[in-house]
Amino acid sequence: MAAATDPLLDVRDIALRFGGIVALDGVSFTIDEGQILGLIGPNGAGKTTLFNCVSRLYTPNRGDILFEGRSTLRRPAHRIAEIGIARTFQNLALFGPQSVLDNVRIGAHAKSRSDFISDGLRLPWVLRQEARTNEITWSLLKLLDLESVAHRSADGLPLGTRKRVELARALAAQPKLLLLDEPAGGLNHGDVGELGTLIRRIRDERHVTVLLVEHHMNLVMSVADKVVVLDFGRKIAEGTPAEVQRNEDVIRAYLGTTREHAA
Amino acid sequence: MTTTIPKDDVAVAPAVPAERAVRVRLGPRHLIIAGFVVAAFVVPLLSSSFVTFQLTEVLIYGLAILGLNLLTGFNGQFSLGHSAFYGIGAYTAAILIHNYEVSYLWTLPAAGALCFVIGFLFGLPALRLQNLYLALATFALATAMPQILKFHALEGWTGGVQGLVVDQPEAPGFVPISDDQWLYYFTLIVMLVMFLCAEFLIHSRTGRAIMAIRDNPIAAAAMGINNSLYKTLTFGVSALYTGVAGALGALAIGFVAPDSFTIFLSISLLVGLVIGGVGSIPGCLFGGLFVLYVPNIANALSTGLAGAIYGVILLLVIFVMPAGAAGFVRIVVARISRWRQTSPEES
Repeated sequence: MAAATDPLLDVRDIALRFGGIVALDGVSFTIDEGQILGLIGPNGAGKTTLFNCVSRLYTPNRGDILFEGRSTLRRPAHRIAEIGIARTFQNLALFGPQSVLDNVRIGAHAKSRSDFISDGLRLPWVLRQEARTNEITWSLLKLLDLESVAHRSADGLPLGTRKRVELARALAAQPKLLLLDEPAGGLNHGDVGELGTLIRRIRDERHVTVLLVEHHMNLVMSVADKVVVLDFGRKIAEGTPAEVQRNEDVIRAYLGTTREHAA
Repeated sequence: MTTTIPKDDVAVAPAVPAERAVRVRLGPRHLIIAGFVVAAFVVPLLSSSFVTFQLTEVLIYGLAILGLNLLTGFNGQFSLGHSAFYGIGAYTAAILIHNYEVSYLWTLPAAGALCFVIGFLFGLPALRLQNLYLALATFALATAMPQILKFHALEGWTGGVQGLVVDQPEAPGFVPISDDQWLYYFTLIVMLVMFLCAEFLIHSRTGRAIMAIRDNPIAAAAMGINNSLYKTLTFGVSALYTGVAGALGALAIGFVAPDSFTIFLSISLLVGLVIGGVGSIPGCLFGGLFVLYVPNIANALSTGLAGAIYGVILLLVIFVMPAGAAGFVRIVVARISRWRQTSPEES
């Protein structure tokens, strides 16, 4: 277990190019256990690219990403969940035809074991494990108010509901670090407020550290303990929400010009 | 004979939290399955030995289609090569019985194991191929198989173009039934066990992983699912099912020849899969019924136009049941349960 002083996630000098385009150029930051870190920046700043590096969909050309002090870069994408990193997807990536219940159960894959033979014969130990999976799943459905749609297929549900299913699915892996990719995208004003409360609740009750990539400034500013701002693949600011909001570079990046009279 | 059974707990009413503890609750699905099993045991006692033989073949096709369904319906990998696995299974049984005088009981695990290994190995390069390319690769397998079986270097084993005669199982002395009936019941029990295992598998952690890969491979990986491992193992299990069906087919017909296992068999299995219902386990049996009986019906109506009549029947069935027999039954059951829920309370 990492000591209290060690960060949970340590992103060190990450750089990634796609062809000639520099998507990330030496980005570093850390997240401490129990923190909610907001990662913001204008379109094309490299937020999602960075996010995909942490979840191992992309491999950076340079730098390292340490989780609990160990490098994650040698792990394939499917072995990230088992060390305690779970994610949601910006454009939703549910298992559409399957029920909400099964979607969330699949989230628990990394925290369980089985094989074709034991499952095909439905051996007793598999059933015991399945009972535990169901318990976790139903508690999450309750937390996210999804009990009434548990048996509906994910495809037919409204966007806000599907976003909650994604969240439940990510939490079913019982992660230490939760990566949220633009969870507020497409939600209306009221839903965004609830989402903020929910993210804080998840952190407080389930002791999950959160990396939040978000466009929605109000959400980030109200929820995050610390904010990192990217622009053109570089980190241009880091600090508390209040500090970042006063930062000249950030104002310039967002508004495109220098504005001395900015509020 | 009732062979159409709704899939999953679709018919289960909205009562949600109560569902949690419930593991066995009788729904229409269970009743239909129970009805089918009873009918399946009774029918051969009442029918001629030819019909019993045909029904044995229905069960065998159903099992072969289930193998294809595990791969295509549940895992999203396309295959035109399942005639090859069926053929390998059939020849494994035939060679073991004809050349080595092995008991027919042992030919099924042997055929299954061999097909699992070959399917798994074929699944490795298949990992790199998507949809149409995978269809082509498996097509190549299907085209190659009859020629490999005819290949003269293997003639000592396979009997070349002549094929092999297989001694058929005989009913043991202590049961008062004919050999045809014995073969039917033997096939039925193997089929029921393998269908049950498939049902268990699909409704398990492994089954959910298999379907997650079909629905969204990137998200599946993010959930910790090893796509490559599950896809190759599913290929193996799929080949195992179809291979065991092939072995049963060799026992039922008592003869194997290379040209029984051409690409046309693969396409028949694919037709059965779509007609029965993609991603439905019980639907596979309906697919088996269709694959066996519809060509016969077409032939009986007009020998000269059998192909055209088959085509018309196929089109009609697809038109009436666009989601296969399983989808059709699901809709009907949902309508009935909705009607039952609303009408008594309101009147």
